[in-house]
Amino acid sequence: MTRPTAELRPSSSPPAAPARPVLAFLARPQFLALGVVLLVNWLLFPGFFDITWKDGRLFGSLIDVLNRGAPVAILAIGMTAVIATKGVDLSVGAVMAIAGATAAVMVTSGQPAILAVAVALGVGLLCGLWNGLLVTALEIQPIIATLVLMVAGRGLAQLITEGTIVTFTDPLLIFIGTGSALGLPTPVLLALGLMVLTTLIVRRSALGLLIEAVGVNRSAARFAGISAGVLLVLVYTFAGFCAALSGLIVAGDIRGADANNAGLWLELDAILAVVIGGTSLMGGRFSIPMSVVGAMIIQAMNTGILISGFSPEFNLVVKSGVIILILVLQSPMSASLFQRRIRAVKSEGGQP
Amino acid sequence: MNRSLRPLLATTAIFLLAYLLAVLQFPGMVSTRVLGNFLTDNAFLGIAAVGMTFVILSGGIDLSVGAVIGFTTVLIAVLVMWLGLHPLAAFAVALIVAAGFGAAMGAAIHYLRVPSFIVTLAGMFLARGAASVLSPDSIGIKHDFYTAVSRSYILLPGGGRLTVIGLVMLAVFLFGIVLAHRTRFGSAVYALGGSETSAALMGVPVARTTILIYTLSSTLAGLAGVVFSLYTSAGYSLSALGVELDAIAAVVIGGTLLTGGYGFVAGTFIGVMLQGLVQTYIVFDGTLSSWWTKIVIGALLFMFILLQRLIFTAAPRRKAAPGQRKTLWTA
Repeated sequence: MTRPTAELRPSSSPPAAPARPVLAFLARPQFLALGVVLLVNWLLFPGFFDITWKDGRLFGSLIDVLNRGAPVAILAIGMTAVIATKGVDLSVGAVMAIAGATAAVMVTSGQPAILAVAVALGVGLLCGLWNGLLVTALEIQPIIATLVLMVAGRGLAQLITEGTIVTFTDPLLIFIGTGSALGLPTPVLLALGLMVLTTLIVRRSALGLLIEAVGVNRSAARFAGISAGVLLVLVYTFAGFCAALSGLIVAGDIRGADANNAGLWLELDAILAVVIGGTSLMGGRFSIPMSVVGAMIIQAMNTGILISGFSPEFNLVVKSGVIILILVLQSPMSASLFQRRIRAVKSEGGQP
Repeated sequence: MNRSLRPLLATTAIFLLAYLLAVLQFPGMVSTRVLGNFLTDNAFLGIAAVGMTFVILSGGIDLSVGAVIGFTTVLIAVLVMWLGLHPLAAFAVALIVAAGFGAAMGAAIHYLRVPSFIVTLAGMFLARGAASVLSPDSIGIKHDFYTAVSRSYILLPGGGRLTVIGLVMLAVFLFGIVLAHRTRFGSAVYALGGSETSAALMGVPVARTTILIYTLSSTLAGLAGVVFSLYTSAGYSLSALGVELDAIAAVVIGGTLLTGGYGFVAGTFIGVMLQGLVQTYIVFDGTLSSWWTKIVIGALLFMFILLQRLIFTAAPRRKAAPGQRKTLWTA
């Protein structure tokens, strides 16, 4: 960020052409990475690609990857929008816990399930609105503004559940977590639907462009007539909504709300998914479908480590390795090494 | 009066007021016994928070401290219990490993030009993962040195005990205060937090300072791990989960400006004590549940961020380039 703007231009990739052939789209490094991870999984476990039809839905390891990856994918959709504005939302894990706790407590106290789901989503929106207002009205850095809710949020969730794990048997909530429709698990359908809907809204209107403009330079966007504040509040509120939806899925999956562990560290997975998807942490360049692919890569790695018999903790080491690799590849230093001539390397190396 | 002293004064006033209110309700809280436990129970947090203060002063953030504490406890337990090393030798090894880890993160932040939070996030995964690869289970430490350390303390008038680890924390805070306000390195940290470009133009060695800051933070996190290991006599890969957040909260409550450049190590001490006070109050009260700690700390964090905002928005215009403060995060 401290580099002169003149140097920023060439190192960032050129804007994507609007209509690109499917083949070129699939040749992106993210898809190659996903393919490699899946192939390794297949080598470790030959039945990995088997998919069977049983009891009116699909079963198989691939479907399992999609299903387990859905909560992070949904978080990543919201996180992509936030990161595109040069922000970050650390509170999504805590918001998941709050939303799950709200829904669970409401259905166990006899409220209709529809209302519980609506209120839980509403609470997520409110949490996002709070973050958005801290970032815009008070101009606090996003990482710190969302830290407040990250610290206090789990406490609030425990306040709602009164420190216990609230279990429920409500069919609607369980359907959201473990049900199936059209042959696919509900979480997959929800993630898919949200991805398509958001991508359409963002790319078929000017919204995506405006978000990118705010991410590149907030003041410039404001001078250009974009109401940056409203847009930022909207983006954080949307992230809160995604977190609440994800929280409902996780709660429905275990048929209970665990205020301590629901969504623990998932904010980091979501950020990682967004970064793997190629969205720039410096703001201004984002792709929602690629973030979902990023979430799937993470989940495929998780599954691979589990079926290969390593301890699940080994996952963390692999994840950190992936982050480091991406950081090195994304860094201006390697960009100048790969793309530009010796002169560029010299000017980069000449900086203190 | 110096404007930048105001957050520190506000923190001190709020701590004294809160302590007064707590004492009015529970007169037992004024004893040296409680004060001694304050220091002992928060020693590891305090030590980690000193390192975090330097990182935040320079405009960065270190999310890896909790993981480094966890890793250090496991490493010490493995070295002492499995390899039969003397604890002091194990401490030295652990501190060197932590320092190298921090130096690598600092180098990555500077040379790869990535936001510090993403590098230290990777560091957090790596340290937690490495700790669980070493040993996924908790390892109890039984060694004469540990029993000797836990038995030695200075008896304060009134029956309070000033333990070794409490003393270590106080020493680290003194070291931090001197380092921040009386050395060339300290000035370089403040300069970096003000503006990295200006600091570089003034001749501050940016690369060396950045690497040193994260080395310091990780070394202190390693020391916090040593203290935590002495405190619990065990090594567990999931210990000190979320301490990085408590440390950040302590630094912010202590009046350090999150965008870097302003703040005091002494303020962090009060921030740590304020968190300790909240926990002790909840223990004394008995009817409040532990989750109130998180909510109160979150509320305090919010209050102090708001306070900083108000004070520094009201500050005279000549003082700052507003653009610098509005930077969403500094690399």
